[in-house]
Amino acid sequence: MKILVPVKQVASLDGDFTLADDGGLREGEPTWRLNEWDEFSLEAAVQLSEAADGEVVVVSVGPERVEEALRACLARGADRAIRVWGEGLAGAADPLSLASVLAAVARAEAPALILCGAQSADAAHAATGVALAGLLDLPRVAVVSAIERDGRHLTVQRELEGGAVEVLRIAPPCLLTVQTGINRPRQPTLRAIRQARMKPVAVAGPAELALEPAVVLAGAGSRTVGLRERPRSAGAKLLEGAPADVAARITEIVKESLAR
Amino acid sequence: MLAEARRGRLRPVSVELIGAACALSEEGAGPVTVALIGADAETHAAAVDVVGVEHVLVVPTPQPAFEAHVMQTAVAALIERRAPSLVLAGHTIDSLGFAPALAACGGHGFASDVTAIHWGEHGAVVQRGAYGDRLIAELDFPGRQTVVLLLRPGAFALAATDRASPGATVERIELDLAGCARTEHVELRDPPTGDVDIAKADFVLALGRGVGTAEQLERLERVADAIGATVAVSGPLVEAGWAERSRKVGQSGNTVAPRVYLAFGISGAAQHVAGMSRSRMIIAVNSDPGARIFDVAHYGAVADLFVIAAELERSFA
Ligand SMILES: Cc1cc2nc3c(=O)[nH]c(=O)nc-3n(C[C@H](O)[C@H](O)[C@H](O)COP(=O)(O)OP(=O)(O)OC[C@H]3O[C@@H](n4cnc5c(N)ncnc54)[C@H](O)[C@@H]3O)c2cc1C
Ligand SMILES: Nc1ncnc2c1ncn2[C@@H]1O[C@H](COP(=O)(O)O)[C@@H](O)[C@H]1O
Repeated sequence: MKILVPVKQVASLDGDFTLADDGGLREGEPTWRLNEWDEFSLEAAVQLSEAADGEVVVVSVGPERVEEALRACLARGADRAIRVWGEGLAGAADPLSLASVLAAVARAEAPALILCGAQSADAAHAATGVALAGLLDLPRVAVVSAIERDGRHLTVQRELEGGAVEVLRIAPPCLLTVQTGINRPRQPTLRAIRQARMKPVAVAGPAELALEPAVVLAGAGSRTVGLRERPRSAGAKLLEGAPADVAARITEIVKESLAR
Repeated sequence: MLAEARRGRLRPVSVELIGAACALSEEGAGPVTVALIGADAETHAAAVDVVGVEHVLVVPTPQPAFEAHVMQTAVAALIERRAPSLVLAGHTIDSLGFAPALAACGGHGFASDVTAIHWGEHGAVVQRGAYGDRLIAELDFPGRQTVVLLLRPGAFALAATDRASPGATVERIELDLAGCARTEHVELRDPPTGDVDIAKADFVLALGRGVGTAEQLERLERVADAIGATVAVSGPLVEAGWAERSRKVGQSGNTVAPRVYLAFGISGAAQHVAGMSRSRMIIAVNSDPGARIFDVAHYGAVADLFVIAAELERSFA
């Protein structure tokens, strides 16, 4: 069973940052890491593959920096990695254009199963996987919290609002988007990290994938007009001072609120 | 506008969608049509017939349970017949299963987790979070005839459902949906009931990933005992196996509205906030001044949660 796992390297804005006039980020470059959801989809893929003597191929659309995320996946059990990038793809950031790029990879790899993350921590579209399934005309289930092999089928659970789950069956080839908590992602051993450095990370450009960047970009579902800071007006009243004073104020507010 | 129902009940987000649709209609986006798609669609027709809604479409489906591929086919057929400029649905688990595929296959405009919409000269302009909701991105959809938008639950005002409508037209549409399902529904399972019902608590101490380890969580559980609070947690603590599912607050957990909600080490992700934003008094302690929890909290302290917890134990004594 060949499993394709699209992974994203996500940005987190932990430090200070300011917006430039053009709407981009100026200060405090984001730090980059493997999307949390993708740690779980990768682990699910590796477990299924181990049980069925399969192959796990990770793919990420992004510039050179994403190689680090791909190497992290190789250290956690992926067999092979593909980075897709090239002239004209830099603008492919919305879920529909990303899905069209990933669709080209999926057509070339013809996996039995595609496991995406349910969402990316930074953009939170929660859409790329299901858009990809649409383009490939694959059956899919979104926000999956359990996967079990059941002969030729997979029995999966879909995590619904309020903690209920739907149990359903689906037959590969298919696509699932994986929710965090579905498993306990393994931490790579030092040996695995060293071995990951030797595994290949292939780079594929639009030409190799027979993709026309202009067509990919024209398929975007939206255009970003600008980035803005959130209005702070409605925010919390800040309690300042020594910890003992802050705690005393909190105690007061709690007691008043409970007495009301 | 696509109404959502589960287990024979219209989901609350549907009323927000009608509210958003009517507001857009007033801005010039055109008349509002509510589509009810499902085996029991007919039963909800009266509930969505409120002021501002012009048409109600009832589309029966073969199976009682929601099925993503059936839904995609049905909505695609409605778009083809009606050519709407906007299709609104909730940013919900059901929608996430079909709407991105619908937009990708139909070549429609698309945005998810939308928090604000305006109707301008060139159509819809929407806002959504960027960089984990730290910033707001503004998007538009040049050249798209139809734009599919998934709206964040809780971000839009409710429609005025108490006012009777002047009478929307109700039309039943029969689509051939047999054979469209590509998954097989087995069952719907209720959440397990745990040792406590946190929704009944007056005073909640909610703990997030900021607690760091299972041992430190235990320490804070003792603080909760000391100050008389019921412990609740964010999703990751349940996933790590440190806390019971029944303690989880948020979209896929419990919805609570206690008199006091203390949020310690919780960043304030939309899915968490969905379950606690109606608490009467929210006090957040987080070491990150940019944490989104401070947007919903009434009071906040930028501080180490362990230091504040230790002091609280003393000041409550
Ligand atoms: C479909 C779906 C459904 C979901 N449902 C839910 C749900 O029901 N409930 C839920 O909670 N989540 C849910 N999530 C997950 C959600 O998106 C977030 O990932 C999650 O809420 C984050 O939890 P957190 O705030 O505890 O962790 P983080 O986001 O990691 O935040 C930890 C916070 O702790 C702070 N911190 C760290 N150390 C300290 C310290 N010493 N003192 C003070 N502060 C500190 C940090 O600054 C940070 O803000 C769902 C996600 C999806 C996609
Ligand atoms: N640049 C990318 N490269 C590969 N996969 C991606 C990329 N962006 C998103 N994905 C996949 O889509 C999932 C959901 O992301 P999103 O739709 O942005 O919330 C991620 O967990 C990945 O599996």
